[in-house]
Amino acid sequence: MDHSSDIRATFFQECEELVEALNDGLNEIDETIEDGLAEPETVNAVFRAVHSIKGGAGAFKLETLVRFAHHFETTLDALRAGRIQPDAALLLLFHRAADHLSDLLAAARDGVDPDPEGGAELISLLAALTGADEEESSEGEAEDFGFVPLTLSFESEPAATGSGCYEILFSPTRALYANGHDPSVLFRVLGDLGQVKARLDRSRLPAFAALDWQESWLDWTLTLTTDEPEHQIDEVFEFVDGLCTLEIRALDEAPPGLPLLPDPEPAVTVDAEPRPQAPPPKPRPPEGEDSAEKKAAAPRATVRVELDRVDRLINVVGELVINQAMLSQCVQDAGIPTRSAVRSGLDDFKSLAREIQESVMAIRAQAIKPLFQRMSRIAREASDIAGKQVRLVTEGEATEVDKTVIERLADPLTHMIRNAVDHGIEPAEARRAAGKPETGCITLSAAHRSGRVLIEVADDGGGINRPKVKQIAAGKGLIAQDAELSDAEIDMLLFLPGFSTSTVVSDLSGRGVGMDVVKSAIQALGGRVSISSTPGQGTVFSISLPLTLAVLDGMVVDVAGQTMVVPITAIVETLRPQPQDVHFLGSGAQVVTIRGAFVPIIDLGAAFGHRPPVRDFSQRVLMLVENEQQRQCALVVDAIFDQRQVVIKGMENGYGRIPGIAAATILGDGRIALIIDPDEAVGNVSGLGDP
Amino acid sequence: MPGSRLLQSESRELVAFRIGPQEFCLDIKTVREIRSWTPATILPHAPHYVLGVINLRGSVVPILNLAERLNLGTPEPDARHVIIITVIETQVIGILVDAVSDIMTVPESAIQPTPHVASDSAQAFVRGVIAVEDRMLRLIDLLAVFPPARKEGA
Repeated sequence: MDHSSDIRATFFQECEELVEALNDGLNEIDETIEDGLAEPETVNAVFRAVHSIKGGAGAFKLETLVRFAHHFETTLDALRAGRIQPDAALLLLFHRAADHLSDLLAAARDGVDPDPEGGAELISLLAALTGADEEESSEGEAEDFGFVPLTLSFESEPAATGSGCYEILFSPTRALYANGHDPSVLFRVLGDLGQVKARLDRSRLPAFAALDWQESWLDWTLTLTTDEPEHQIDEVFEFVDGLCTLEIRALDEAPPGLPLLPDPEPAVTVDAEPRPQAPPPKPRPPEGEDSAEKKAAAPRATVRVELDRVDRLINVVGELVINQAMLSQCVQDAGIPTRSAVRSGLDDFKSLAREIQESVMAIRAQAIKPLFQRMSRIAREASDIAGKQVRLVTEGEATEVDKTVIERLADPLTHMIRNAVDHGIEPAEARRAAGKPETGCITLSAAHRSGRVLIEVADDGGGINRPKVKQIAAGKGLIAQDAELSDAEIDMLLFLPGFSTSTVVSDLSGRGVGMDVVKSAIQALGGRVSISSTPGQGTVFSISLPLTLAVLDGMVVDVAGQTMVVPITAIVETLRPQPQDVHFLGSGAQVVTIRGAFVPIIDLGAAFGHRPPVRDFSQRVLMLVENEQQRQCALVVDAIFDQRQVVIKGMENGYGRIPGIAAATILGDGRIALIIDPDEAVGNVSGLGDP
Repeated sequence: MPGSRLLQSESRELVAFRIGPQEFCLDIKTVREIRSWTPATILPHAPHYVLGVINLRGSVVPILNLAERLNLGTPEPDARHVIIITVIETQVIGILVDAVSDIMTVPESAIQPTPHVASDSAQAFVRGVIAVEDRMLRLIDLLAVFPPARKEGA
């Protein structure tokens, strides 16, 4: 029973990948649709994805899923055969079908009953496209699937009949076996077409000692005598397309005296027992024309690992790095000379430890693509509800981000996309009047920028209606009626708790959660969110996130006798102020002149309550830091010790959050140093940031 | 919960420790380990009874000065002090005490309610008292000493 639930779990995991491939394919078709064309290979890939889901679902008796997948597949097949032409409306339907399919999968996985309503509507829409086909497929077929992976080969139209003889050279690759295909099944299906003679070529098989059992070493030469047209043979091998080298040659005449072998010889050994790894496959270097298909079909080899294990590894490696730093310090304190063997060995240890750490971090990094695909769906649904035409363009899908970051970004991003559709993009009439295309465009992009990940949600809508925002904020008592605010400050009002521009609670946004929730979710990840908006041209929300939640490069500084860490990413420059550059402003507040600009000074020692504010900065260092709003301020520290990579340790479990402190780390001497959150430090001065 | 008869026969293991002249105790199940004092990193804007945080094999553990929390004076921590690492719900917290004196088993029935006295801190932080020979052990209420509400800092 455990075993079967394992298989089930694997099926759903694979389905996630298949749904991803499906969405990929649909997006790819989206791009070529303008020309009324769909790349046949892409359509095939989409078809294969749906078909595989259907096959697996059949094995688990998920009938709703099988039914729906079947209709979807039938329509895709019609597209593939050129019976229907691709256009934008069709693609939209396909997208909706793909969404529904993934809903059904989720429902099946969680063991809840899928909502039959949405499915029925989509099924009738899909069926309408294929016309007569749906009659035959509407009832009774659902049970046929599951274990026969090649259902489609039966829908044969008895065209071009004539006895023919074909020689088929079949060399599976390693990926064919890895994907769970079995040559014997293929041969048996071939056997249904006519007489098959198979010859096994094991010339490539190495000696047992040298055998890599995962490789594919066996090739077959099949001779088929059949009345069926040649494309039927192609269809048999359709699902291993790109996973094998296949050559089909028509022979002049059937060689006489073929033994009738529906189940050819080599297949017997292969098939005898479920020994999935027994036939040692081997990927042959794909020959010329095959390579294009190969890229579509063969996935990179991966291992599924429980996240817990990775996290444990990351923790241990973090300890290792700290331990290494402590050891370095001990050696240094012991006065061992720099040129000694101990020191150089320790240096090697240091670089190794760092390398291990980076590799381990890379395990957690994932492309942001699945998240973006989910957002495409959110945008589609949101535009349906809002009755607007919106296109979501994604950029930088390959950008790799820590898995936790991706997971915890889903909610805020969903909210932002919905907001962009609901509030950002104007209704079609307004867009026409403004001379813009009726279809609004939301661009979701991700990129690595100076050690952080930058994610932007940009719409080409009307921009933030600042007078309205200000009026609402004043109406809700969030700001004084007569407050004088800059444009940037007005934009930041959107992030205030209890602010929502929609006077009517719409279906989409305005469910009581506002942008303040988005902001706090992003801040919890160590990120920042900012807005820039141009009236009439649109709004850009930028989220800047740390690459990883585990390490950061920091400047180790002394603040009133306490060792603290300032993240390097925030530091613009460090300087020793000249007395004439420092000016008093009001009672006690001071500013420093940096290249003609006046920058407020924050004495960290005083801000953290370690000492009364100092007046004399001559022996101290100013650290110019900048927050996301480009607001600068100069932090006073007593000395700079070092610059190094530190392992981030959360404080939430022990003590809770401390204003101005982002996290903690452990220094080489084993003591804890607090990591300063420069943004909060700057925010404290501006008055508009966090309290 | 077991019945009262069973409860009476049940016994508890306690860790007894000293702060100044007074003796206190904790349920041993809440104690994870006892270690010597290491200097703590000061936390900004922390309550006066929070000494700071220390590194406990890679985790950041806050340390409370229990004497300060109970208004028993403010001893300057030094190497003779010990830290009792405790687990309260999911939080790991160290408490600074003068010395650990004993580990003992007492029947549940030996725990008497805290007598009504004028001291606020006694009422708030002592869950009961136990008479052992001619000494009085005060059973500390860890939850009251370090309210879990602190966790909602964000």
